[in-house]
Amino acid sequence: MIEETAVLEAVNLGKRYRRTWGLQECTLTIPKGRVAALVGPNGSGKSTLLRMAAGLQEPSAGTLRVLGKSPSPGADDLRERVGYLDQDRPLYKSFRVAEMLRFGEMNNPTWNMDVAKNHLALLDIPLRSRVSNLSGGQQAQVALTLCLAKQPELLLLDEPAAALDPVAREDLLRLLMRQVADSESSVVLSTHALSDVAAICDYVVVLAHARVVLSNDTEYIVETHRILSIVGDGDLALPPGITVIHEQRSARGRSLLVRVELPFNDDRWRVDRPTLEEIVMAYLRKGSPHRDGRDVDETESGAR
Amino acid sequence: MSQRPSLTFRLDPQSGLAPYRQLVDQVRHAVRTGLLRDGDQLPSVRDVVTQITINPNTVHRAYRELEHQGIAEGRAGLGTFITLHLSVAPDATEHGTFEQALHDLVINARRAGIDEETIRELMRTALRQNGNVRS
Repeated sequence: MIEETAVLEAVNLGKRYRRTWGLQECTLTIPKGRVAALVGPNGSGKSTLLRMAAGLQEPSAGTLRVLGKSPSPGADDLRERVGYLDQDRPLYKSFRVAEMLRFGEMNNPTWNMDVAKNHLALLDIPLRSRVSNLSGGQQAQVALTLCLAKQPELLLLDEPAAALDPVAREDLLRLLMRQVADSESSVVLSTHALSDVAAICDYVVVLAHARVVLSNDTEYIVETHRILSIVGDGDLALPPGITVIHEQRSARGRSLLVRVELPFNDDRWRVDRPTLEEIVMAYLRKGSPHRDGRDVDETESGAR
Repeated sequence: MSQRPSLTFRLDPQSGLAPYRQLVDQVRHAVRTGLLRDGDQLPSVRDVVTQITINPNTVHRAYRELEHQGIAEGRAGLGTFITLHLSVAPDATEHGTFEQALHDLVINARRAGIDEETIRELMRTALRQNGNVRS
């Protein structure tokens, strides 16, 4: 099959920190042109994956290719083509915004000063302000602007909107989406906000316990999951081709979030469409890893 | 060139419908109600991502789907425009009749003391029971 080129391709990728694995048996392919979300609890391996993709950490196992190349601290070519934004949003606090921009320009051959200035003007951030005098939201916007002005083909953003108030968060995400619209950059970002994922991401990778438990196009994910519920008849078996991701039982009945491979036609069950958030939550609650690191799961129909 | 219509998209994260489908439905609705007419230009992808927080790919996807359905047409370098062929022209009368009937039903239900949540639930059930007919 001829696939679109991948911006990130991992095969059995692993990262070991002394005794524990920060990421394990991670196999996934993120196609070009997507806005992909990495979601999962703290410590599930999101930052580890991003740092390895940025060439800041070496894998302990498996292979990783970013824009078709192996990332490493010495990969100069990738350094220009990939923009990485750390969770801590490193900025020189005593610099003025204009000085940060000049610093970025000096260090990045692909720098586009117009992009940087336009973004900041849209956000009403004055160039003469000192970074230390900006609000947390504005600092996050400046940090992202520096990353965007490099005009990278791939943006790796570690919780770019964390700890921002709702307005600053919206502004930041729109800034990012404008860039995607203008330059067709691919994005891989980690986040805890599932509502953001539903709005802006067209690819989702769910991580739990250092493993990938779900990875696919959001549209495909949404189309292949359903909530089945039934009153009474607690032991009614499910038809084949249905994988239970999460089940809730009560004295009165059952409610299951399932993956359906085939059209489901059984009048005894009430069928609803779950939101992306509900699906992701179900995988996170379940959290049980799959052997090939792609899709979950090993539970066969009804047997839980 | 015709003026730009005042179409404002919104996304409902609770709908369970893919975001691109929500945009498609909103354009179709705007066409049915006459807010959008033949020759009107849809907002540019850049305008939409400035207006609401949405992935530009989703907007492209929605516009392609509208083109596929024969409701819109992409013109190179200009944008996407509503093109109403007779086959997809909205039946305004039928739409209006349905809306009126629904309106009456809701009034009757309220008089009978049926609360809003129950009305929604019954509506959902009715839609579900009549198959997965997609617009």
